[in-house]
Amino acid sequence: MTPVRTEPWVPETVAIKRIARESADTTTLVLDTSARPGGFAFKPGQFNMLYAFGIGEVPISISGDPAETGELVHTIRVVGKVTEALTGLTPGSTLGLRGPFGTHWPLEKARDRDVLIVAGGLGLVPLRPAIYEILKNRSAYRRVNIMYGARTPHDILFANEISEWRGRLDVSLRVTVDSAGPDWFGHVGVVTTLVKLARFDPETAVAMVCGPEIMMRFAVRELETQGLADERIYLSTERNLQCGVGLCGHCQHGNVFVCKDGPVFRYDRLAPFFSKREV
Amino acid sequence: MVPLGVGDLAVMRPDELSGLLAAIQGRGYTLLGPTVRDAAIVYGEIAGADDLPIGWTDEQSPGSYRLTKRSVGTFFGYAVGPHSWKATFHRPELTLWQAERQENGGFTIHEPVPQTARVALIGVRACELAAIRIQDRVLLEGPFADPHYAARRRDVFVVAVNCTEPGATCFCASLGTGPSVGSGFDLALTEVVTDTEHFFVAEIGSSQGAEVLGEWPVDRASRSQIAEATARTQAAADRMGRSVDARDVKEVLARNLENPRWQETADRCLGCTNCTQVCPTCFCTAVHDLTDLSGRTATRVRQWDSCFTRSFSYVHGGSVRRSGMSRYRQWLTHKLSYWADEFGSLGCVGCGRCITWCPKGIDLTEEIAAIRALDQR
Repeated sequence: MTPVRTEPWVPETVAIKRIARESADTTTLVLDTSARPGGFAFKPGQFNMLYAFGIGEVPISISGDPAETGELVHTIRVVGKVTEALTGLTPGSTLGLRGPFGTHWPLEKARDRDVLIVAGGLGLVPLRPAIYEILKNRSAYRRVNIMYGARTPHDILFANEISEWRGRLDVSLRVTVDSAGPDWFGHVGVVTTLVKLARFDPETAVAMVCGPEIMMRFAVRELETQGLADERIYLSTERNLQCGVGLCGHCQHGNVFVCKDGPVFRYDRLAPFFSKREV
Repeated sequence: MVPLGVGDLAVMRPDELSGLLAAIQGRGYTLLGPTVRDAAIVYGEIAGADDLPIGWTDEQSPGSYRLTKRSVGTFFGYAVGPHSWKATFHRPELTLWQAERQENGGFTIHEPVPQTARVALIGVRACELAAIRIQDRVLLEGPFADPHYAARRRDVFVVAVNCTEPGATCFCASLGTGPSVGSGFDLALTEVVTDTEHFFVAEIGSSQGAEVLGEWPVDRASRSQIAEATARTQAAADRMGRSVDARDVKEVLARNLENPRWQETADRCLGCTNCTQVCPTCFCTAVHDLTDLSGRTATRVRQWDSCFTRSFSYVHGGSVRRSGMSRYRQWLTHKLSYWADEFGSLGCVGCGRCITWCPKGIDLTEEIAAIRALDQR
C-alpha cells in the first residue's frame, strides 16, 4: 500500500528559467528545478498545480522530457485570469508549484505493441512527454502513429519538433487542421478521421488520446470501429481540479476523481458514464 | 469490587452526569455537546450537564424542525439537529497558508501549524459515529491526508448516546448505521425513563472511558436495567420514521443517470445547498486566494463548498453541470452509489438532516424509491 502523504496543500516556490511563445494564446514556461533534491521527477501524463501570486492556482499538464529533471516544462493556453497571469510572468520570476499528481500514460503496457497517439489541440501537451519517452526507447515499441489536430495552421504547437518527428522514418505522423487558407497543403478535417489512415494491429495496439471531451468521444468511437478494445484505449480527461489530491471533491466524474484516479484512464473505467451529458 | 473494564455496563443516576462531565473536563478536554440555541439543538461548547437540552425534544418532518418541551427532564430525548460533528474536525473555513512578497520580486509561503483540539464530544449518536468514520476514510486514508483534519481528530473523547427517540426523518436502521452505537466511543449511554425511574446504562468502550467512570463508585447495571435499555433502542429501530432499500442502490443509481425522476426533483430543488451543509459526510471544499490592499500578502482560505453550485464543476469555457437536474443527480448518485466505489461504503448514514432542512422538503428516501419505480435497467 502506498503511504499516505500529509503535506498536500502547500506549494513550493520555483523560478522561471525561460519562456517560449508557442502560438497566439499558448506559452511554454521552463522552470528551474535544478536546485531541488533529485530535480523534478515525473511520469508522462502527470500534472502540477501552478500558482500565480495572489491570483490563484490551476492544474497544468507537464509537457517536457521526463529525462530532464533539472528543468520542468509547462505549456499553458490563456483561458482565464490565472493562466493569463502565469503566461505574463518573466524569466526570473517566481511561481508556486504542487505536484506531480495523477496517473500516467501506459508506456509499459505499450511495449512491443503498435502505438496510436491521438491529440486534439492542447491535448498534445500531456502527450509530448510520452512521445519523448517512446522516441528515446524507439526499439521497445512497434509502429508508432502520431495523429494531431489543431484548429488552424497557426495553432499548431511545437512546430519545430513536429517537423523533426515527421522527418523520422520510424514514426508515422499526421497533422490535420479544422480550417486553413490556401497556403496549407496538409489534411483538413477533424483528427479522428486520421485514425483509419494509420497502420496498426487492432488486436494488440495501444491508443493514448487527449483533447476536448467531444473529440475524445469521437476518437473512442473511431478506435472501437477500427477494432481496438476499450481496455487498450487510454484517455486523459479534464474536470475542475482544485486540490489535486482527492480531498476537495471538485473533479468527480462518475465514480472517479480525475486528480487521483486519473487524469489518464483506461477507457473501460469511464465507459458507463463518459458519453452521458453533464455527469 | 472488581473494577469496571472495556465492555462492562454500569448504571448512573441523572445527577451523576454532571460528575461524569466534570471528570472528563478534569482531564483537559473541552466539552462540546448539544445545547439549545436559536430554537434548535446545535453543538457547541458546554460548561456541564446543565447546558444540555434538558426536557427538550424536536419534531421533524420534511422541511420542518420544531422544538417542544417534554413532560420529563430527559437529557438526550431528541434526534439530531442542523449541526453535525463535521464542523469540529473539518472546519467550515480555514486558512491554508499565507504568502509574502519579497524585495527581489519572489515570494515565500508560510504554513500554519495544524491545530489540535482536545475535545470531548458529548451525546454522539450512532449515525454521527458512522459519519465520522466515513470522513476519516475520505480525509485521512489517502493517497493524501488532510493534516488539518488529522490534527483535530487526534485527541478526542467520545461519549456516545444510543438513540431512543428517532426523528420522523431518520432512516439509520435501514442503512445499518444505528440506532445503537457499535464501536468508536469511550463511553456509550442509554437513557432510560420509566414511570418510576430515570437512569443511564453506560457501556465502557475504552480504558480511558473506564478510568473516567472509575473516579467515583458506580454500580454495574443489573440485568433488568440492561434489558430496559436494550428494549428502548430496539423500539427506536422499529419506530424509525423512514427507510431506504439499500440492497442494490449503488447499481440502481449508476444505471439510472437518465431516469425522468431527476428532472421532476430538480424542478422542486432550489439549489440552496442546505442539504450539503447539514450532511455529516459531505466533505467538498473550495479554495479562495485573497490579497491585502497593498498586494504584498496573499492568503489561501479553504471553505466548505457544495456540488449544488454552478462554479463547483467549472472548467475553462463553462460548468460541466449546468442544469439543476445534473447537480441534484450528482449529489444523490455520489452519496448512494459512486461513494461506494470511491471509498468502500455508502456516503449516507441515514441521519435525515437533508430531508428536514430542505426548504422544499425533498426527501432522499422518497427519491430513491421513485427512481427504483422507474428503474431503467
